[in-house]
Amino acid sequence: MPFETNVLFFEIALTFYFLATISGIIAIFRGKKATSRATLYLAAAGFLCHTVSIVARYMKGGHIPVTNMHEATSFFSWCILILFFFHEYRYKLGLLGSFIMPIVLMLMLSSAFSPREIKALSPVLQSYWFGIHVIFAFLGDAAFAMACGIGVMYLIQERFVKSKHLSGLFQKLPSLQVLDEINYHLITLGFPLLTLAMITGVIWANAAWGTYWRWDPKEVWSLITWLIYALLLHMRLTVGWRGKKAAILSIVGFIIVVFAFFGVSLILRGQHVFV
Amino acid sequence: MDILVIGLNHKTATVEIREKVAFDGPKLGEAVTLLKATPSVKENIILSTCNRVEIYAGVENHDAAIEHIKTFLAEFHNVQRAPLDNALYIHNGTKAVKHIFRVASSLDSMVVGEPQILGQLKDAYDFALKKKSTGVYLNKLMKKSVSVAKRIRTETKIAESAVSISFAAVELAKKIFDDLATKSFMLMGAGEMAELAAKHMINSGVKDVYITNRTYERAEELAQEFDGKVIPFEHFIDELIHTDIVICSTGAPDYVLRKEHVQQVMKARKQRQMFIIDIAVPRNIDPEINDLDNVYLYSVDDLQGVVDTNIGERNREAEKAERIVASEVQSFLKWQESLIAVPTIVAIREKAEAIRKDELEKMLRKLGPVEESTIKAIEQLTNSIMNKLIHPPTAALKSEQEDRDIMVDMAKRLFKLETEENNGKEE
Repeated sequence: MPFETNVLFFEIALTFYFLATISGIIAIFRGKKATSRATLYLAAAGFLCHTVSIVARYMKGGHIPVTNMHEATSFFSWCILILFFFHEYRYKLGLLGSFIMPIVLMLMLSSAFSPREIKALSPVLQSYWFGIHVIFAFLGDAAFAMACGIGVMYLIQERFVKSKHLSGLFQKLPSLQVLDEINYHLITLGFPLLTLAMITGVIWANAAWGTYWRWDPKEVWSLITWLIYALLLHMRLTVGWRGKKAAILSIVGFIIVVFAFFGVSLILRGQHVFV
Repeated sequence: MDILVIGLNHKTATVEIREKVAFDGPKLGEAVTLLKATPSVKENIILSTCNRVEIYAGVENHDAAIEHIKTFLAEFHNVQRAPLDNALYIHNGTKAVKHIFRVASSLDSMVVGEPQILGQLKDAYDFALKKKSTGVYLNKLMKKSVSVAKRIRTETKIAESAVSISFAAVELAKKIFDDLATKSFMLMGAGEMAELAAKHMINSGVKDVYITNRTYERAEELAQEFDGKVIPFEHFIDELIHTDIVICSTGAPDYVLRKEHVQQVMKARKQRQMFIIDIAVPRNIDPEINDLDNVYLYSVDDLQGVVDTNIGERNREAEKAERIVASEVQSFLKWQESLIAVPTIVAIREKAEAIRKDELEKMLRKLGPVEESTIKAIEQLTNSIMNKLIHPPTAALKSEQEDRDIMVDMAKRLFKLETEENNGKEE
């Protein structure tokens, strides 16, 4: 097979993400600030190549590359990185990359092991709703992925403070309140995006098939995800489910997101299956 | 020239002696000036803090200088020689350099890594500069000490974490709440340690300060001191709803704050985080409260545990710092060695210049009136001849080599420098 831009740059991006993950893990256990910075730069280098790969694929296929498992997971990772850089720039959390890059790497690896051929777009997807729907959905999911990473950081830091054994990692992690606030911001970002993705999906479904809701497995699991995050937000605002409870729920929520993403496609099948 | 350190610190001297020999206030200026007038002490800096008094001196003959400085210390402070001699440590050469680097980097401090000593050393140096009591050696040594200390500060974690209970409490509060400027703080009860911890917490910028005490008058006193608001002791639990950080130290024999109380409080505050510090012995706060979500309860022992870990960490980092000191001492010694040749080089230059001027004058007198441009040309000519002639020997003296002593000696003999140099010394 001759070299294709999108394939080549995908592989380079994957390599950079792999190195960023390794550097991120070193940063957790014994790294200095420079290690965290290296993680960030490696991730940024990967992101640039990744962007080239996605644009190349877009130009080749003529549509947003999210129509098979390979494209969808790759695009998902790309959305996570956008949010990651934004948060790193805004909050300077230092170790954030150590917790986000493993998620990105896992997604990218599963993308790498999925079939990569570009197929013609099926008629039902040839709609402008398609682009809007997937962008809302992926950005929303990316926000939940970030919330999960932040949630893990919260639980680790909370463990240190509760157990009263304050190791070097305790010094490097941000404060509990900052982590909790960012987690909350991310959920308040992800939830409306998910809601919009569902609304556009429903409108699109009606336009395509003449019915709003068909109890397709993806629809069901999206609804479950939506309910989880709705519960989290509701309980936070009413009785104050913050801190540890919010962190745990955002991790659980993301596990369901991942299941809805892979599990539904691989096990349950339905309209959202990637063919 | 040799560098000499004579001093005493918390390890070698009792507080009584340290107090007696401290150079506080106007004494310091007087002492620096007096030492400057001592012929055996060419350069001097006096460092005087509550934990140490040290004299750094640049000397030619160190036996004489040691005796002079010791006598000076005893006479200046009017103390007996015997106890003073016992407390004093004396270092010269490599050891002196190492000692000063260690002091600057806070490796020799009572609390390793404490940041004040570097500032105190800088002040002592600035003062000496003002009194013009330092020269090339001590200037270079002081600058190097500051840079070594800074290098250690950035390359090791020697000064990173809190090593007192009050600071550990503030550090924890910052790791829970991040920004204390929006948080409110309550001091329950009183006591030396609680008040100290409260002071640190308030200095870190908490928004509101509440004070509560079984004795209302005592609460009012403390409220005045800390610029806080008095909460009647019967109502303090209600006020906890608006309080994020609590330091508790009442004399109560039993728990004044129970799990049920805090549960209710947390419900009312919608689970916003609380940090409670129980400094009282016996404890005033039910330890089970720590099991509640979003409540972090630390006792004195817990904080002490944190402090101990941090001290352990600092000591481990101190080993790294010692290695840095050792390598910096080596580089300083190299510089010092290169200085051996400097007086000789200067003397050669001066001698050559003197000869040139002499001969030039004689020549001009013989020539009678000449044009300005001719004089300039002759000046230039003689200058460049002289420079070209003395460049190779001075360059050879400057270059780094093992037999530099011999070279210096040879140069002195070749250029017949001995007499001039001795004259210079006696001036």
